[in-house]
Amino acid sequence: MQCPKCRAPMHTYNRNGVQIEQCSGCRGIFLDYGELESLTRLEAQWSQPAPPPPPAPQAYPAPPAPAWGAPHGGHGHHGHHRNKSFGHMLFSS
Amino acid sequence: MTAAPDPLIPALAARARVAAHARPASCPCGTATLADRPDGTVVRHGDTVAKAHPPGTGPTELAGRLAVAAHHPGVLLPPLTPAPLDLHGRLVTLWPYGTPVDPDDPDAAPWEAAAGLLARLHRTPAPEGLPPMRGPVKAALAIARLREMAAARPAAAPVLRAWDTLPAWARAEAPMPDTTTLCHGDLHLGQLVRHPAPGGPWRLIDVDDLGVGVPAWDLARPAAWYASGLLPPTEWTRFLAAYREAGGPAVPADGDPWPALDVPARALTVQTAARAVAKALAAGRALDEVEQAVLDACDRMAALPPQLPQDHAK
Repeated sequence: MQCPKCRAPMHTYNRNGVQIEQCSGCRGIFLDYGELESLTRLEAQWSQPAPPPPPAPQAYPAPPAPAWGAPHGGHGHHGHHRNKSFGHMLFSS
Repeated sequence: MTAAPDPLIPALAARARVAAHARPASCPCGTATLADRPDGTVVRHGDTVAKAHPPGTGPTELAGRLAVAAHHPGVLLPPLTPAPLDLHGRLVTLWPYGTPVDPDDPDAAPWEAAAGLLARLHRTPAPEGLPPMRGPVKAALAIARLREMAAARPAAAPVLRAWDTLPAWARAEAPMPDTTTLCHGDLHLGQLVRHPAPGGPWRLIDVDDLGVGVPAWDLARPAAWYASGLLPPTEWTRFLAAYREAGGPAVPADGDPWPALDVPARALTVQTAARAVAKALAAGRALDEVEQAVLDACDRMAALPPQLPQDHAK
């Protein structure tokens, strides 16, 4: 895959069972749905006793969206198990 | 949903059968109805597909649209015959069969190929006399249907309010601001096939709404899905980046694409919501969460006037 920011190729790394894509150019990191949560969970397991959860770091800023768009992270309809109704919508006029 | 008149499907099947056997290609000989909707009935026989276009389709307009597909086989699936036939009062065209996107595996959607084909289409000079792209007309039809059946229902209110925020051209009440760019007019994942089947390159199908107009309309369904929180940012980014990479003129080459996308994405969100509300009411059921997400987007946009499109070089 290509870096959406600088277009350089991205390489996949495995960090504790979590696949992350890192850009060979700008070193930016791309996380798939749920991967940030997995990393945060792993980190919490390492630093016992668990500290209060840190504020979620931004991986990539989400691509621009219109003001009327869904609140960022508000709708959780997408992900690896795509909703059947949305699957139908993708193919409808 | 209106079923096609009874004799149409067997007649279409017969046409497809005759056309399939008229060519030297081997024919596995099976007939299947691929679609039977008010906006088109499609029957496959072996490697040939016969399509009955919607009632009321103008022969001159259809001929112009077919000619575009015939002349640009690298972008659009070319028809087998240059002119439509008249069958039971419907215009019928014949096409080679192509393998569609697997509806059970939308994660395998060819976003890059779709974007690349649209960019090429938008950069193709439109022939003289081609009618306007029908996107805004289709949106207006969905709203008219919603008004007929459900104007007083609470679920229709945010849809109609959001429709009222749109400029006249997006409601098909005025000419589009672009009258020269070649557009598909009805892009979704059902409009892509691999030809030759099963592993050939992707091509766009369905020229019924093709014409000149605002090319951002063709990006606006994915944009609307992304804005409504349905399409993941990664897939939207892949689609948009591939379109830009291929030199597509609908959005500026970099920076915020939304000044160009806002109006068409609103229109397609409203159209999708109108169809969803009408469908749910007809079935006597509540909206599902995906339909609700689109309705919520209408609710939010009703409070926000559209962004002004930037004038960017084409």
